[in-house]
Amino acid sequence: MTYEFTKEDLDRIESIKKEYPEVKATTLQVLWVAQDRFGHVDADVQRLVAATLELPEAHVHGVASFYTQYYKQKMGKHVLDVCTCLSCQLCGGYDILNHLEKKLGIKAGETTKDGMFSLQQVECLGACGYAPMLQVTNGEFVNHLTEEKVDHLLDKLRNGEDPEHEMMEMPLRKQKENP
Amino acid sequence: MSQSDWRTYKPVLIPPVDNLHEIEVYRKQGGYEALKSVLTDKKRWADPKSVVDEVKAANIRGRGGAGFNAGLKWSFMPPADGGPRYLACNGDESEPGTFKDRKIFEYNPHLFIEGAVIAAYAMEITTIYVYIRGEYRPFIEMMRKAVQDAYKNGMLGKNILKSNFSVDMVVASGAGAYICGEETSMLESIEGKRGYPRVKPPFPAQKGLWGRPTTINNIETLSCVPLVIRNGADWFSSIGAKNHPGPLLYGISGHVNRPGVYELPSGVPVLELIEEVAGGMRNGKKLKAIIPGGSSTPILRADQLDGVTMDSDSLRTAGSMLGTSGMVVMDEDTDIVEVLWRISHFYHHESCGQCTPCRDGTGWLEKILLKIRNGDGETRDLDLLLDVTTQMEGRTICALADAAAWPVRYTITRFRDEFEARCKKSVHALV
Repeated sequence: MTYEFTKEDLDRIESIKKEYPEVKATTLQVLWVAQDRFGHVDADVQRLVAATLELPEAHVHGVASFYTQYYKQKMGKHVLDVCTCLSCQLCGGYDILNHLEKKLGIKAGETTKDGMFSLQQVECLGACGYAPMLQVTNGEFVNHLTEEKVDHLLDKLRNGEDPEHEMMEMPLRKQKENP
Repeated sequence: MSQSDWRTYKPVLIPPVDNLHEIEVYRKQGGYEALKSVLTDKKRWADPKSVVDEVKAANIRGRGGAGFNAGLKWSFMPPADGGPRYLACNGDESEPGTFKDRKIFEYNPHLFIEGAVIAAYAMEITTIYVYIRGEYRPFIEMMRKAVQDAYKNGMLGKNILKSNFSVDMVVASGAGAYICGEETSMLESIEGKRGYPRVKPPFPAQKGLWGRPTTINNIETLSCVPLVIRNGADWFSSIGAKNHPGPLLYGISGHVNRPGVYELPSGVPVLELIEEVAGGMRNGKKLKAIIPGGSSTPILRADQLDGVTMDSDSLRTAGSMLGTSGMVVMDEDTDIVEVLWRISHFYHHESCGQCTPCRDGTGWLEKILLKIRNGDGETRDLDLLLDVTTQMEGRTICALADAAAWPVRYTITRFRDEFEARCKKSVHALV
């Protein structure tokens, strides 16, 4: 498939170029622009990025393949990244993953037939105190998961609603309010 | 009032002030006054070096895990030669159990920006790169907004606060790679490449970003700087533990009632941190062990924790490290074999593959632990694991191999009986 950046994307890329002393340095940031636009950075998108930046395709592919957050193939509309690393493991991250596997009828690493959800098991996302948790399509974190909260999230996403940013209260303030 | 008693301590890094992330609120709280003083009060701050000396005297030990004196690190920068010089701020924060810098991005981003600009002045830096892990997308966007606001208010860009000092700040997003928290790997990533750590020397102060002098500091470390400038090095070094002073963000996770990030003085006793700060163990269970500062720091059994405080000296004596002060708490029901296997899986997944002892070693650690976890291990596999860690430690370009090896070495040593209980007896020699 051939892909093209929009005018807006190209403007964004130009302003990113101004932030670095050489074009090569913009590779990661421009791959993000591409993934935001096309939903993934498969081989064709990588070629577009290389052509746009006038960099070797091998360099862009090397970078895209090194970093886990770039989707090297088309994914479901929503990608659910369930953390099962240390603190999430201790607090039931695998139970959440199993629940999602059952609920969606797929295994981690797969996409539902309707193309709505991809499910992934991921390494530590930096929300250890709010375990178990998951991240929706490289975006918002959904914390303190229970099976009910997961079901509610799936319903919301199916209805086209985005997850809200959960402000994790500073614990000291919480203590002050409820001594 | 002494800021050393943690029970009466008032937070200064993430104080409970509503909407502190907004620049107007931050300025009303005295924000950017430290920067103003540094740039305009020539009586107090004669030259950039006087700022370096003050920060050195405060003894801010790097909060990213290595614990190196920040001011001393700054003093390693060679004299300015008119070319570009860089400050790379490490907000990669990917070590399991660590989730503290995101609090600064979310609640007090301008404290960090102010600290970074002061650091830039002190080291005659021309551009600041703030590298934040890609998973922190919501926090990256908050940071980008804060940087824009700082530009609009004249705290970044040309002639800051009408002085003749200028510096730019760029927020760079990572894209999912634990290794990019390693300082030279982060430089590679900022340069738009695969995150392969560099051989040192040359050290970044000599050859960093694009071969130019570069200093790398953690986000929390830089956030301490305006406090040192505002209140003095003596004030800072009087807080908390003598050899590792200052405010500290403790990330507490695992089997406690109130997990979260708490700002307290360094050196809080581990057991008080669990019982009083984090609300004690969940479901009234007994404490089994802690990992004090991110998954690579050696595990400590509950019986090793009497009198141990959260600072580098005390934890070293106890047989571990402060690391990132992200403490993972485990209760009596925790299956230590499963925990160690999961940690080893993480390091195997995250090894960049550049050095053989790490690329292969992390794989072998995970495979042997998987075999033990599945009930197919033999007791001699435990010694094989220890042997593999010896083959890894200190034999690679960066510290990821050590970070992967330590948990295996110390968890097996400190919980040998639990591992043996999962293994079959070795009844014949290997043939």
